[in-house]
Amino acid sequence: MFTKGTKRKFSDPGEEPASSGDPGPAAPSAAARTLSSSYSLQRQSLLDMSLIKLQLCHMLVEPNLCRSVLIANTVRQIQEEMTQDGTWHIMTQALAAAQCPADRLVATEVLCRQTDAAAQAGQSPKPFSVVGLQEGYHSEEVVMEGDVETEVTMSSLSPLSPQLSSASYLTGPFEVGPCWEEEDEEEDHSESSEPSLMSEHSRHPALEELFSDVDPSYYDLDTVLTGTPKMGPYDLLESLSSHGPTALSSSSSCRSDLNELDHIMEIIVGS
Amino acid sequence: MEEENDTRKVNNSFLRDHNYATEADIISTVEFNSTGELLATGDKGGRVVVFQREQESKTQPQRRGEYNVYSTFQSHEPEFDYLKSLEIEEKINKIKWLPQQNAAYFLLSTNDKTVKLWKISERDKRPEGYNLKDEDGRIRDPATITSLRVPVLQPMDLMVEATARRVFSNAHTYHINSISVNSDLQTFISTDDLRVNLWNLEITDRSFSILISSCFPSTGSPSQLFSFLCDKTRRLLVSINFEEPEDPSTRSFFSEIISSISDVKFSHNGRYLMTRDYLTVKVWDLQMENKPLETYQVHDYLRGKLCSLYENDCIFDKFECVWNGSDSVIMTGSYNNFFRMFDRNTKRDVTLEASRENSKPRAILKPRKVCVGGKRRKDEISVDSLDFSKKILHTTWHPHENIIAVAATNNLYIFQDKVN
Repeated sequence: MFTKGTKRKFSDPGEEPASSGDPGPAAPSAAARTLSSSYSLQRQSLLDMSLIKLQLCHMLVEPNLCRSVLIANTVRQIQEEMTQDGTWHIMTQALAAAQCPADRLVATEVLCRQTDAAAQAGQSPKPFSVVGLQEGYHSEEVVMEGDVETEVTMSSLSPLSPQLSSASYLTGPFEVGPCWEEEDEEEDHSESSEPSLMSEHSRHPALEELFSDVDPSYYDLDTVLTGTPKMGPYDLLESLSSHGPTALSSSSSCRSDLNELDHIMEIIVGS
Repeated sequence: MEEENDTRKVNNSFLRDHNYATEADIISTVEFNSTGELLATGDKGGRVVVFQREQESKTQPQRRGEYNVYSTFQSHEPEFDYLKSLEIEEKINKIKWLPQQNAAYFLLSTNDKTVKLWKISERDKRPEGYNLKDEDGRIRDPATITSLRVPVLQPMDLMVEATARRVFSNAHTYHINSISVNSDLQTFISTDDLRVNLWNLEITDRSFSILISSCFPSTGSPSQLFSFLCDKTRRLLVSINFEEPEDPSTRSFFSEIISSISDVKFSHNGRYLMTRDYLTVKVWDLQMENKPLETYQVHDYLRGKLCSLYENDCIFDKFECVWNGSDSVIMTGSYNNFFRMFDRNTKRDVTLEASRENSKPRAILKPRKVCVGGKRRKDEISVDSLDFSKKILHTTWHPHENIIAVAATNNLYIFQDKVN
């Protein structure tokens, strides 16, 4: 718990560092440029907090739109600042070992389109653009894995902590992630699980690129912020930092997830 | 004293019967009708409780019309959206009274998705002496009837019935946050974060819909305010954007969130607009869009605690604000069961508390003060001791008298001006 607001340091040394109510003296310009580790810790913590708040799979009631938008904007602001500082780039580079090639997910595109069309049929378009959030997803295209190098890199910014596993954060009514394995075993795909499966795929940034002719804002808002799809494992794993009270994951768990995914898709498509 | 006991009973009737706070009892909206005779409250459990002001009696002038329960009914039930697998809460978000046209009272109540028109009517007579039914309601055999009589209306104990007359549903994707009745008494609007629906009170299966598509700039900030004014022909007349430029020296990650507007109220004279954001209340002149006329700090001591308030979600609390009848005083709620009043003319403000422990019936409320730093005086409370679970989000002011209704979690407090 922090007793004061998170400061936002400006890159322009001429400007005073922003302070929400802190009556302390203006920081010297040189110091203003340096990211103190406590500041970046605070910022990272704020980022994690925000992403957890956006985690819709834990919600029983439809989340409030205004709140979701504000949290999403906060995430974007943090991302923007981290991009300016160069820390975002470091983080994404560390995650850049692409274990999940986009082509595996192309197969889901067709289904996602249909789903979107069906979803849109009964509803008017929602022309709202969460631009920043998309960009965020774009830059983080890969699933985090237990790469030692990654850990070392991240530790310069935040305390070394175990990597996120796909099994950890993603529990919820739709049983994302590990429970796809369970679903794989079931012959009978219930009605409720199908839409959620498909909509999770629609959240993947690679897919968003694929159907860029569709205004991404249409399903961005509707899907992320109204709780229609629960956030998929890819989104959260990409988004969340190394903070996390979880067990170590291995690169193989990511692959196995994809294999399961592929398998499920085949069943659904009937190929 | 006997009278005090009576008063205590009456005051207690404002409060729920439970000793513990059940979540269903949390009051989610309060609204006086246009005469101030009735006060409606909605709660998280989907119930509406209507209070009626008793007639002022000449023998006990100091009673000055207390409010007593008039009607209680279940307005909304919880529903389940099967497509999204999410619950639809029965919590009443808003109640708006229709102006009275006959003996019955009409109000609109809404939860997140559905607006309902309720008719509240009194029955104090019932017909007796039917020919074809006996007193118990059983049908009589016509063959046994030898003579006819005219049924007579006999007095009975007053019964107040509420019946749902219209249900307006399936028109909002997002949560309905407000409803507003047109002065033509034929139409009303319901709004969620992105859509304004214009309804005819008679027609429940259709509405005119306005999508707010262009109001958000690239930052997607909900901190801007758009006012829709409809003229008599129900054309969308004006859309005005009120926004104060941001002060860059106070920018933080929370700037956008705390500038997000939680309530808007037109003044009674129609010349001003009041907005409530997380830390301030602002009064705007309708002719001047770029900066407010007046800005009042509600609880600026929270500015240093925004990170904690973000973590526990309090930063998203939506406080309401309200004008008094003459537009000279504005009121809004805060934490720790505090509420604040600002006199626009004298520029004085006061912090009061709504709690049973700290105020006895008929006692004058003692002003409270939050100590910001350094030494804490005897009656002051320090910022860290504030109870953030006790928030006064919903308040309302009688249309022309100095009577206010304040909802503190599951308790309703009604305060009146002291008569000397």
